[in-house]
Amino acid sequence: MIPTNYYLILSAILFGLGVIAFIFRRNIITIFMSIELMLNAVNLAFVAFSQAWNHLSGQVFVLFVIVVAAAEAAVGLGIIILIQRNRQSLNVERVDLLKL
Amino acid sequence: MNVPLIVFFALAAIAVLGAISLILQRHPIHSALSLIVVMVALAGLYLLMGAEFVAAAQIIVYGGAIMVLFVFVIMLLNAGAEERTSFSSLAKFAGLPLAIALMGCLAAAVAGSSERVQVAAQSGAPAPTKVLASQLFQEFVYPFELTSFLILVAIVGAMVLAQRDSKESHL
Repeated sequence: MIPTNYYLILSAILFGLGVIAFIFRRNIITIFMSIELMLNAVNLAFVAFSQAWNHLSGQVFVLFVIVVAAAEAAVGLGIIILIQRNRQSLNVERVDLLKL
Repeated sequence: MNVPLIVFFALAAIAVLGAISLILQRHPIHSALSLIVVMVALAGLYLLMGAEFVAAAQIIVYGGAIMVLFVFVIMLLNAGAEERTSFSSLAKFAGLPLAIALMGCLAAAVAGSSERVQVAAQSGAPAPTKVLASQLFQEFVYPFELTSFLILVAIVGAMVLAQRDSKESHL
């Protein structure tokens, strides 16, 4: 029996790595992938708590998170295609219409 | 050291290394492949926790559908290696310390809550998928129906965004 703490610490590490990737990468597709990494870290915490409390709601929430991630990927990749078409670049530094 | 603990540490190491590789790779397709490694390792961890259905959904939906979509878009856009631009000073000086502080705060918070969680950890048999299904379709049936509406909205949104029409949308 693995302590629940181990899963939660792993989840925190993965979430932090996702935040670091989100801040430091310039490619918009990689930034989007780091969001998926953070969602995965949260899913891991959900399943760990579900196992710890011996209650299945956590796993149901994970299924909802997966559905939301799929919808988000579809819309987000559509937006990325649109940015590439209008800017000819995937660099987020180039998407600066709202910047002063 | 018992076998599940060894399996856990092996899978955790694979997941963390994959996530670090996602950060360090300069080409988006390499980052995408690293992310697939992370997701498969997480599916293994779900199996270790006795969540078989979630592990299968993780492999099929995340590792299969979503990442195939990512790789497809990367190849469609012919995304090359990331060009190196000067970081904004805010990201350079505040980003990494803040991200590491966030990681530390989360880890410290969960490490401090060990007693409360361990009290409840009287885990019995692994949860069968049948119980999960009955909970999903009875207790959570309204959120489940709402997700179908969410997917409908996502389909329409993706089609509106990706269509090539005469009126140029300026994003």
